[in-house]
Amino acid sequence: MSLHPTTPAFKENAHRALGDTELQKALGHVQGGFINKRAAAVERLPEFETLRESARDLKDHVLAHLDLYLEHYETQVRAAGGQVHFARTGEEACKTIVDICKAHGAKSVTKGKSMVSEEIGLNDAIEAAGMAAVETDLGEYIIQLRHETPSHIIAPAVHLTKEQVEADFRRVHSHLDAARDLSEPVQLLTEARGVLREKFLAADVGITGANFLVAETGSSIIVTNEGNGDLTQTLPKVHIVIASIEKIVPTLEDASLLMRVLARSATGQDMSVYTTLSTGPRRAGDPDGPEHYHIVLVDNGRSSMLGGEFEDMLRCIRCGACMNHCPIYHAIGGHAYGWVYPGPMGAVLTPALIGVEKGGNLPNASTFCGRCEAVCPVKIPLPNLMRHWREREFERHLTPAVQRFGLGIWGFFARRPSLYRLATSLAMRVLGFVGRDKGRFAKLPLASGWTQFRDMPAPSGETFQSEWRARQKERRS
Amino acid sequence: MSARDDVFSNIRRSLGVTGKEATRRAAVGQRLETTPRGPVPRRGQGSAAARMATFITEAQRVSASVVMLENAAAIPAEVARYLSECNVAPVLRMGADARLAGLDWAGAGLSTSTGRSDGSDLNAISHAFAGVAETGSLIVLSGPDNPATLNYLPDNHIIVLAVSDLCGDLETVWTRLRRATGALLPRTVNIITGPSRSADIEQTLLLGAHGPRRLHILVTLG
Repeated sequence: MSLHPTTPAFKENAHRALGDTELQKALGHVQGGFINKRAAAVERLPEFETLRESARDLKDHVLAHLDLYLEHYETQVRAAGGQVHFARTGEEACKTIVDICKAHGAKSVTKGKSMVSEEIGLNDAIEAAGMAAVETDLGEYIIQLRHETPSHIIAPAVHLTKEQVEADFRRVHSHLDAARDLSEPVQLLTEARGVLREKFLAADVGITGANFLVAETGSSIIVTNEGNGDLTQTLPKVHIVIASIEKIVPTLEDASLLMRVLARSATGQDMSVYTTLSTGPRRAGDPDGPEHYHIVLVDNGRSSMLGGEFEDMLRCIRCGACMNHCPIYHAIGGHAYGWVYPGPMGAVLTPALIGVEKGGNLPNASTFCGRCEAVCPVKIPLPNLMRHWREREFERHLTPAVQRFGLGIWGFFARRPSLYRLATSLAMRVLGFVGRDKGRFAKLPLASGWTQFRDMPAPSGETFQSEWRARQKERRS
Repeated sequence: MSARDDVFSNIRRSLGVTGKEATRRAAVGQRLETTPRGPVPRRGQGSAAARMATFITEAQRVSASVVMLENAAAIPAEVARYLSECNVAPVLRMGADARLAGLDWAGAGLSTSTGRSDGSDLNAISHAFAGVAETGSLIVLSGPDNPATLNYLPDNHIIVLAVSDLCGDLETVWTRLRRATGALLPRTVNIITGPSRSADIEQTLLLGAHGPRRLHILVTLG
C-alpha cells in the first residue's frame, strides 16, 4: 500500500478529510494531548534548550562522518555475532528480509513498529511470499486490521475513535464471545493483549525497527511504551532489525542525549517505558533471546540527500512533534498526505523520497507559522526546507499555470517598489471604499478560492506599508 | 558493485569525501575512544540522599511503586506482602542471580522456580545492574542471572536495586557498564521506566499493554 502514494491527489484527500466527521472527532485528541504533555515535560527540564542544540550538533557531526561511523558499526555488529546487510532500495531491503525469513522456514512473523518498514512496503512483501506478518504495536495492529497506513508516525491509529476500533475487533476476533463488553479503551487493550500474546509466542521471526544504532558497541536501540518490541525480538529464534542509514550515533553517551529529547518531544514523557539495547544474538549460556541477529541498513534515497539543501532533514529522529503542532495536520490528519510520512516532516521528506513530481503538493500545505521548527528537537528548519521544495517545483514548471501567472504579476511589482506601493495603495483604497458598508466581501474577482468558503474582510483603506511608516514616525516623535 | 559498496560510494560522493581523510578519521576515532558526555541535566545529581529522593519521586511519577529495605534478607517477606496485596498467588519466577537465589523464599511462604519465562508466569523478580535517579529507571542485563523474558512476560514484575548501584544519570551507568562487561555488551541492556502502557486508543493512557501491568521496586540499603 505504501508503495503507491496518493500524494498527487493531496487536494482531494484534504477536502475529503475536512468533511469526515469521524476523523474530525478523533483529531480533537491530537491537539490537547500531545501539545500540553510536551510543554509540561519541557517546563520540567531547564536544560531542554541546551539539549536541543547539542542534539542538532551531534546529528550534524554524524552526517558529516556517516561513512566512517557506519563502517565502525558494521565491524562491531559482526564482532558480536550479528549479520549486516545493506539495501540500496526498498525493494532490495524487502527481498533481503523475505530471504532471511524463508531461509529459516518462517510461517509467522511478528513486527514491532517501524516507519521505514512502512516506507518500503515490507508487510506486503512478506505476505506475498506466503508468510503472515503481524503488527504488535497496539496502534499498528488496529490499522493493520483495517488495511490502512499509519496516520501519525508515533500514534498510528490517532485518526480513529474507540467505536471504530471496537467494530474492527468484533469483526476480526470473531472467535470471542459476541456479547462481551468492549465499550471502554481498557477492554479493547485487554483483548488485544490476549490475542497478540499468542502471536508473540508462535512467531518464527521478529522484526523491529531501530531508534538508534550505536557505532561504538554495534547495538540497535528500540524505544517503546508497550513492551511489544521486546516481545517481538526476544521470543522468536530470529531477530531482524531494519533501519535507515542515518540512525547511527557514535556512542552510548550520544544515544542518551537523543533519548532525552526524543520522548519529551514525542509523548511528553521524560523517558519511554522500555529502552532496549540489543547487541548480536543469544550468547552461550543465555536462557532466552534469538539465535540469529540481522540488521538491514536501508538507503532508499537518503545518501543522495547528504551534502545538499535537504541534508538537515536527515537529522530527524521521528518524534512527531512537528505534526502534533501543525495546524494543517490538525485539520486534515495524516492520511491526506497520501504516503507514509505526514505533517511538516513528511512535507519535506516525501518529495525527497518519491520525487517532487508526486510529492510537490505537500510543501505547499503549510501556513509557514513556524511552530514545527520551534518544537523540533533537532532544530530542523522545516519551513525553510518546504520553501526550497516550492522553488524546485516552480523551477521545474510543475506549478499550475494560473498560479505561475499570478506569481509573475506579483514578481513584476515586487521588483519595482514604488510601483508596488502605488498599486497596493490604490487597490486598498478602492476595496476599502467598495466594502465600507458591509465590511466584508462575499465575492471577489480572482479570489473565488477564498470567497467560496468564507467572506473576505474589507481592508481599512490603508496598506501595511503605509501604516508601518506612520507608526514608525509616531514612535520617533 | 555490491549494495554495500554502492551505498558507501553514494554517501562519499554526496559528502565529497573519500573516506581516507586523516582529519575525519581522527575525529571519529577520538569520539569513539573518549566517549564525551553531552549536557547532563542537574535533576539526577547531588548527594546520595538527594539522588535517592529523586529516584523515588521519578519512579512513582511513572506509576512504579518503591519500597526501601534494610537489607537483602528482607526481600522475601516484602515480596510475599506485595503479592498478597495484589491478590495474586505467592509464586515467583527468577533467574540464577546469586543475590536472589540465596534468599529464604520458602520461609516467606513463596513458591519459586528458576529460568526463562514461557509466558505462563504471573510474577517475576529480577536484580538490577543499576538505577537512574534522573528518570526513575532501572537497568537490567540479559543472561542466565536475569533472563530478558522475565522483564516482559509476567503480569507483575519486581526489581531489586542495591542502593550502591543508584547512579544519577545514564552516562554514569555506561561508565560502570564498560568496566563491568568490557567491549561486548550483554545481548540486551534493558532500561525499564515504569510498567508497560499504551495511549494508542483515543490518547487514553492505560497501564499493562503487552508487558507487566505493575512494577514494584525494592531498594536494599544494606
